[in-house]
Amino acid sequence: MKGWNWFPAGASHWAGGYDTLFFFMLALSGIAAVAVITTAVGFMFRYHHRRRVHRLGTASFQRILEYSWIGIPLLLFIVVFLWAANLYADLFFPPAGAMPVYITGKQWMWKIQHANGRREYDELHVPAGRPVVLVLTSEDVIHSLSLPALRIKRDVVPGRYTKIWFQADRPGSYHLFCAEYCGASHARMTGRLVVLPPDRFAAWLGEGEIPSLARAGEALFRQHGCSGCHGANASVRAPPLEGVFGKPVALSDGTTVVADERYIRDSILLPRKEVVGGYEPIMPSFRGQLSEAEIFKLIAYVKSLGEVPTP
Amino acid sequence: MTVTPSYLGGVRRLRDWLLTRDHKRIAILYLVSITVFFFVGALAIALVRLELFTPEGDVLTAETYNKAFSVHGILMVWFFLIPSIPATLGNFLIPLMIGARDLAFPRLNLLSWYIYTLGGAFTLYALLAGGVDTGWTFYTPYSTFFSNSHVFAAAAGVFVVGFSSILTGLNIVVTVHTLRTRGMHWFRLPLFVWALYATSAILLLATPVLAMTLVLMASERLFGVGIFDPALGGDPLLFQHLFWFYSHPAVYIMILPAMGVASEVITCFSRNPIFGYRMMAYAILAIALIGFMVWGHHMFTSGQSMYAGMVFSLLSFLVAIPSAIKVFNWTATLYRGEIHFDAPMIYALGFVGLFLIGGLTGLFLAALALDVHLTDTYFVISHFHYIMVGGSVMAYIGGIHFWWPKITGRRYPEFWARFAALLMFFGFNLTFFPQYILGYLGMPRRVHEYAPEFSVLNVLSSAGASLLAVAYILPLFYLGWSLRKGRRATANPWNATGLEWRTSSPPPPLNFAEQLPEVSEGPYAYDPDPQRGHL
Repeated sequence: MKGWNWFPAGASHWAGGYDTLFFFMLALSGIAAVAVITTAVGFMFRYHHRRRVHRLGTASFQRILEYSWIGIPLLLFIVVFLWAANLYADLFFPPAGAMPVYITGKQWMWKIQHANGRREYDELHVPAGRPVVLVLTSEDVIHSLSLPALRIKRDVVPGRYTKIWFQADRPGSYHLFCAEYCGASHARMTGRLVVLPPDRFAAWLGEGEIPSLARAGEALFRQHGCSGCHGANASVRAPPLEGVFGKPVALSDGTTVVADERYIRDSILLPRKEVVGGYEPIMPSFRGQLSEAEIFKLIAYVKSLGEVPTP
Repeated sequence: MTVTPSYLGGVRRLRDWLLTRDHKRIAILYLVSITVFFFVGALAIALVRLELFTPEGDVLTAETYNKAFSVHGILMVWFFLIPSIPATLGNFLIPLMIGARDLAFPRLNLLSWYIYTLGGAFTLYALLAGGVDTGWTFYTPYSTFFSNSHVFAAAAGVFVVGFSSILTGLNIVVTVHTLRTRGMHWFRLPLFVWALYATSAILLLATPVLAMTLVLMASERLFGVGIFDPALGGDPLLFQHLFWFYSHPAVYIMILPAMGVASEVITCFSRNPIFGYRMMAYAILAIALIGFMVWGHHMFTSGQSMYAGMVFSLLSFLVAIPSAIKVFNWTATLYRGEIHFDAPMIYALGFVGLFLIGGLTGLFLAALALDVHLTDTYFVISHFHYIMVGGSVMAYIGGIHFWWPKITGRRYPEFWARFAALLMFFGFNLTFFPQYILGYLGMPRRVHEYAPEFSVLNVLSSAGASLLAVAYILPLFYLGWSLRKGRRATANPWNATGLEWRTSSPPPPLNFAEQLPEVSEGPYAYDPDPQRGHL
């Protein structure tokens, strides 16, 4: 109904779990509020100054009362904390094989890239019934991608990758908002989350002839001269990139990092930050030469280097 | 009764006010200044609520809207709420309540008001020169590189006004330590003094962090020093950590004094000692202490690590315990009391009810998973307005009514005061309760346009805001009227305990006529009238 809505649509299993906890909390705090307010209002009537009632002495079991209203809330709080923390932790561990979607926030639009190279703006198409992991970054200020139907939101921060995953179950079209104030047209940085049945999603994804993200990344890899050092027949000694994605890398300072999206991005923009052990820090920075969307393409290419081609 | 000269009397030249060192006159200077800023801030939000009456952006441009809510936040937080109770009622009452002739540093006290005024001038300049559009949070890198508005002037105003907070805090801490009268042991202090003492400690410890953060922000904006902007190698989340390290304790700066007021008023109008005095005092200290360790709960979706989120969540639940204790103890104070519903009591009970709802919804936001959906939506807006406006402002205005006879020597018209209190309570709930639902539905904050399905709730909220506006304007009229036409007040019109009621209304320049009073018992030595009781 126009103008009138009491309950947001729920489009994922996680959203269902969220609502269960939300309504549990609502019941709990409702009971607490009603109990306190009825007690207080009851006292207000009973001990109104015009009423003749017994008033001498205060409660004799003050200690017990005080300890009980420390102890009981504490126990309830611990239950709620554990429940909510457990649900929250889910969001940080996408299942293996989740479909990646790369999203760049920019004043005031969302630029969305799928792995096969399909691009879209302000509309996020995803398949129902399949886990999707969003890799988010910003070209300028902080934004926040809010998907109320999934009960999730994640800040989109310049200079770093944030991630969130979900598995939408119910096809439909839902709100997509920017939830972090980002300047003049913040209110208009909205869009749609479109959940499609898997077959229709596959059809949507395949529309048009486009190079995949990894292929586009490969082109950039040559164009910016990366292959001159990292390529197979390069004259300069640089770390090989085949199969490196997702694996631990030993650095020259003795520590180890996992080569995830953040590591690849930092290696391109801040090459002296984490130098691979046994190599000279000679790589130049590509800061200012690549957009966030292009870096996503390069990452997709590096990722693809490790994959065994499916027969 | 012999007529003692009052602090209001004597020579009535402007310079006797502008150069006064009397804490009571300085309190009045603050009262007038913060009232001006309150109504400027209120005007800004009236525009916002007008715009939100319809889903389309039809009244204001996006830029004006963004400036309106930014100015509302900046003025209300730093120029009204933070100084509200400490600089007016605190300034006026602390020396009276502990039996002293003034605060420990009267000159610093006057200086703090001048610094406040200077900070206010910077901020008003920013407003008149074209406004600032960063929100009160000044998040980087928007504030440092992307905003074209008067960020520097506004931040300078906030930076400067911080020093007035620090001086007020310092003054109160030293005063409570050194100027208590004979017999006024720590555990005989009224809870209002405990609350202001804890508040002052927070002001002293947290405000410098805000000042440093603003300096760093300004040096990035003006000189391009890379601290927060990732394009310069900075980290935007660092700004959030520093900002909330101040701004979360700042919430307790706003609410603890309100708790102090409520404790004074509820005991007086139920003619009962406070239930669990020591626990109430410890709860105040616990809130102040734990309040410093929960700032990360503003950042559960920001990119902060999952484990940091868990620690901050747990600590946020912990800080709710002492707050819960206070609500339970105020309720228990009513038990076997002799309850009078004078206007201050209506305000105080309204405060407890709204603080209860604000506190309970705070638990939703402390719960990690729930926060993911609710943060940055209207749910958060509603939650913190229940605490800061429903809670603090109700208590502040209630306190103004309670001590009005002491401050001015006049009684206010009781009917209008009760009417305004009830209107404020209902207007507040009508304004903000729908916003909880809007938040759960997902409506983001800081938008001038919204999806049409949110419109009914927004209309309700705007309607409530207009009631609230009437309720805030009414006291200006009847309190103003009472200054000349109100009945003269006796020294102790409420028959209250507390040293401030042992001196004339209004008090003489040095607070107590000749000798300072001595104290031989704890606070709130009320006894419900046995004539009425005992069947």
